[in-house]
Parts: sequence; structure tokens; C-alpha cells
Amino acid sequence: MSTLTIADLQVSVATDQGQKQILRGVDLTIKEGEIHAIMGPNGSGKSTLAYAIAGHPKYTVDGGSITLDGEDVLAMSVDERARAGLFLAMQYPVEIPGVTNTNFLRTAKTAIDGEAPSIRTWVKDVRESMGKLRMDSTFAERNVNEGFSGGEKKRNEILQLELLKPKFAVLDETDSGLDVDALKIVSEGVNRAHQATGLGILLITHYTRILRYISPDFVHVFVAGRVAEEGGAELAERLEEEGYDRFLTGETAAV
Amino acid sequence: MEAATALTPDQHAATASGAPTTGGLPGGSKAHSDGGWDAREKGFIPVQTRDARFRSYAAAEFPAVTGHEVNWKLTPVGRIGDLIDGELSGAPYELDAPTTTGIDVSWVDRSDARVGVVGTPEDKAAANAWGSFDKALVITVSGEDEQELVLGRSAFGAAPRAAHTIIEAKPFSNAVIVLDNSGAASLVENVEIVIGDSARLTVVTVQDFDDDARYVATHFGRVGRDARFKHVVVSLGGSVVRVNPAITLAEPGADGELLGVYFSDAGQHLEQQVFLFHEAANTKGRVNYKGALQGEGARTVWIGDVLIGANASATDSYEQNRNLVLTDGTRADSIPNLEIETGDILGAGHASATGRFDDEQLFYLRSRGISESEARRLVVRGFLAEIVQKIGFAPLEERLNSAIEAELAASVGIAGSTLGRQVDGAQR
Repeated sequence: MSTLTIADLQVSVATDQGQKQILRGVDLTIKEGEIHAIMGPNGSGKSTLAYAIAGHPKYTVDGGSITLDGEDVLAMSVDERARAGLFLAMQYPVEIPGVTNTNFLRTAKTAIDGEAPSIRTWVKDVRESMGKLRMDSTFAERNVNEGFSGGEKKRNEILQLELLKPKFAVLDETDSGLDVDALKIVSEGVNRAHQATGLGILLITHYTRILRYISPDFVHVFVAGRVAEEGGAELAERLEEEGYDRFLTGETAAV
Repeated sequence: MEAATALTPDQHAATASGAPTTGGLPGGSKAHSDGGWDAREKGFIPVQTRDARFRSYAAAEFPAVTGHEVNWKLTPVGRIGDLIDGELSGAPYELDAPTTTGIDVSWVDRSDARVGVVGTPEDKAAANAWGSFDKALVITVSGEDEQELVLGRSAFGAAPRAAHTIIEAKPFSNAVIVLDNSGAASLVENVEIVIGDSARLTVVTVQDFDDDARYVATHFGRVGRDARFKHVVVSLGGSVVRVNPAITLAEPGADGELLGVYFSDAGQHLEQQVFLFHEAANTKGRVNYKGALQGEGARTVWIGDVLIGANASATDSYEQNRNLVLTDGTRADSIPNLEIETGDILGAGHASATGRFDDEQLFYLRSRGISESEARRLVVRGFLAEIVQKIGFAPLEERLNSAIEAELAASVGIAGSTLGRQVDGAQR
């Protein structure tokens, strides 16, 4: 059984005012098939955690560890992490001019699997996944994310999730900017991937809205760069009613 | 209309531009910080309208080139001095010209009536070639069926040489002509292109020369009534390659699409000075050049002059140049100049951007398991694909894509994955 373990993770980011610490010792263990929701107010370090796991060069790990089945993730390059089974669905997917989605998906699949997918099944898989995500077939020949609407970009992220079949996926505010129909379509895609491959999920969100469609096993509340409270799905319901004020007040009191 | 007055291009130039384009005359003109031409003669106003430059068929009428001239100042003139004013052989060279129905390829004497119909040299090198060639190569397209001709030219040889080429598309004809240049060369060439009324012509000039080759060319084009002309400059191989297209949209309804794609490696100088002249009304012009640079001393120069003449009402014009800088040690000059002599136009615009690799694009691709070298390849290919896809001649598009692959594999590929790992490791 696969396990992603984050221990005492400390991460800083370069700003104009110098290096700024964002994550102040994060502990988190995600096992295969588990869904963990990371919730928290703006600026609490949720996205920083996502990027640190994926290895974005802007973020510097100052301490702690991330291991995947005992392997040191922090020693891996960005693409090695992906090939080891990690996936980040980005909040703002990047446009790649001149590279068609088809070419991109095939190249990524080949890189992850170490061999080119069989053409017949691959074309069928892509078409089926796109159909389930209600993506028009023209998206295959369009350049990656170029001219896509916000919702289309998010669907394209989930398309990659379904096709690349990672062990663990970090979904960075995948729900942001989606109307309710798109939210359902995207959530169904995540649930399909979860059921099909025993995917472990780290679902980062500001709102509880997406948790109506994707049921978390665990909820972690992020405040000021560390986990302030943990619980089951009932914690999300409480946050829905109370918001984050309780934690923010506590933080002020502690200072 | 906002664009109805002349624009100053300096803010778009990657380096200082020395070509003031203030449309009005003396009152509004003032000394430019670059060039120093006004210091020699107080109150001297230089040539300001692009079509008013000095031109002549006689090399002797041009002063010696110093490298300070507006059309030479970004060129390494020291590396092509023998081509600018040395002796050039004018003998015909060997060609690989497959027989094609509807396209005639033949050598004619310099007294032929077609010589000089379109072009007059604007610089000393072009005039030197004009005075030196013995025979002109004439390619004539007739009929109305679509024709394709790839003219292999790989036997220019290393000795300094002059060439003269005329491409004539008869009215209503339709063809793609590829000048496929390779091998050794120390060549100065003038190409005259006549696009007859309602003809559709694509001329692609591919510079895939040996590493030490030098090539200085001017392409003069005249586009007739309702004719569509696509001109493509593809520069990949050679030490100094300078191709200057000067195209006139001479009759109403003329359409000119001027494209270019180039890839400059260490020590390579690839240059193009584009001049698009909207002479007639209802003409449409698009200029789009894209280039990549990698390696110490890789240089590119793009100057895009667009002139919308006083009679060119209802003109629609846009020019742009984009450069992708892949490594340190490179330099890209990008200078769009736009002169507009009538306010009655549909549109006129220009754009220029020179930038480094987009790290977010690389991160995105790599986060999907794609290695750094492969990701860079995808991004560069994608960047240049916009132009390659517009050529509209599939065999050439495939070849160019592989050529771009080869350029990238030459250096980026080697550094690739191991470098990526080290960089990531160092950043933790």
C-alpha cells in the first residue's frame, strides 16, 4: 500500500522583502485511497504545500521531509516526482502555445509509463475520458489550455489526472471559479479516478462546496502555515457554519 | 483613428533604434541620440521616408560601407567585406530543378527585358551583385493549376559569387516555389519577384547552409491587383545570413503575407530587414517573424519597416516579431518601424517581444513527467510552429520541424535531464 508522508515540512518563498517563511512544520500522512481535505483561509499556506510537493522552483524547502513509500521526494526533480506517481492539478493551469493537447497528453503518458501507449487503446481512452468530462473533441487538437475558459482548464487538469493515473494527486483549489455544473463534472472525474486506481487525494480548498461532491475521509485546517485542527468530514460541516474566524482569533490571542 | 499618425518605434525595440519615423518634416524632427549623423552636418535631416532611400544599380555610387549606416549598423560587416565590395564571380551555378509542368526554369542574359523590372539595390552589396552576374535565373509560372517546385541549390561553392534570380508568376497562376539553399556559400543575390494580377504565389527561401557560409540577399517583390503573395524566410544554417525582403503591394487588392522563422546557434548571425510598402489602396499586409536563439554569440536582427503610402486608403496592416532566448550570451535586435502617410486606413499595428523561456510552461510540462529537455523541445517547437504551420506546404513543414528538432538536440538535449536534477537539488 502506497503512502505519502510529509513530516515537519518548512517552506519559504522568495519575495521582494527577502525570504519569507510560509510553512512552519507541516505533518501529514496520506495512504492509498484516502481523501484528505486541506482547508484554510487565504494566505495560510495551502497552495505553498501543493507547489512544494510538486517541486516548483520558487519554493525553498528549509526543513522536514516528503517521502513516497520511503523514497525521498525532495531529492527528485519535478518530472521525476511525476514519474514516481505524484500529480498536481493546478489552480491556474498554464497555456502552452503551439503544443496540441493530443501531443502533450501522449508525451506525458509516454514519459510516465516509460513507453508509448498502444495507439488504439490510447485514442479510445482519451476520447472516452473527454466525453465523460463533457469536453468537445476539438479540445484534442487545440493548443494546451490556450484560449480555454477557466472551467475548461480545470476539466483539462482532471482529464490528465484520469489518463496519467498517478498514485497521489494534489488538487489545488480545483473548485475555484467553477459554476455548479462544472463543479459536478469535475468532481465526478475525481471520484472516477479515485475508484478506478485507488488514488490518494489531497484536496485543497477554501470552501466546503466541493466536499458535497467529493467526500473527504479526513479534514485538516491550515492556519498560518501549519495544521491547526484535524478531524473527519464533520469538521468541514462545522467550518461551513462557523467559517475560519475561530482559528484566526485564536492565532491573534496566541500572539 | 489612433494609428493614423506616424508612431515612434523605439519603445518596442530590444535595443536602441536609430530610425526615427516622425512622419512630419523638419519642424518636429530633432537629433536622435543614436547614429550621430546630425553631428557631421548641422541641421541635416536624414532620409525619413522608407521608400526615399538612395538606390542605384552601380556599386560605385554607394559610399564605402562603414557599419554605421542605418541598414548596416547591426550587421557584422567585417565578416562580409569581400561580398560588399570585393570581386564576385557571376557564372551560373549548378541547380537541382525537377521538371514541372507549368513552371519554366532557364538562364537568360543580363540584357533580358525582365531584369530590373522590380528591384533597384538599396545597398552596396546588392549593387555589387547586380553589376557582377553573367546570367540571370528565371523561373516562370504560367497556367492556372497549382504547381510546386523545390529548387535545390547546393553548389554555390565557397568563392565569392553573385547571383540574380527572377521569379515571375503570370496572371491567375498559382504556385509554391522553394529556394532550397544549402552547402558552402559566399553569395550575394538579388531576387526579383513579379506577382501578376490575381496570381497566388508562395516563395520560400530556406537558408540551411554550412556553418561557415555567408549569404546576403535582397528579395524585391511587386504584388499585382488582387494577387496573393506569401513570402517565407527560413534561416537555420550559415555564419552570416542576411535576407532582406522588400515587397510592394502595388495594385489595389494586393495581399502580402511575409513570414520568417529562424534559429540562431552559437556564433551565428541571422538577419532580416523587411520592408513592406502599401502603395495601392485596399491592400492587406501581414508580417510575422519568429526566432529562437541559443549559445554564446548567437545573434539575430529583425527590422520591420512598414510604409503605408498616401494613396493606400483602406489599408490593413500588421507586423510583429517575437524572439525566444534560450540561453545566456545571445542578442536579439527587434525593431519595428511603421510609417503612415494617410489617415484613411482600416488598421495598422506592430508588436515586438523578446523574452526568455517561460519557466511556468516548463514547470507545467515537467509536472506531468516530461523531462526538462523534452519540455524545452516542446515549448520551442510550439513557439516556432505558428510560422511553420502557415507555410502551407506539407513536405517543407515536416522537414522544418525535424530541422528545429535537430537544432535543439544539438545542445539542449545533452544538458537535459541531469542538469534539471542538479538545478532542482540546488534549489532545495
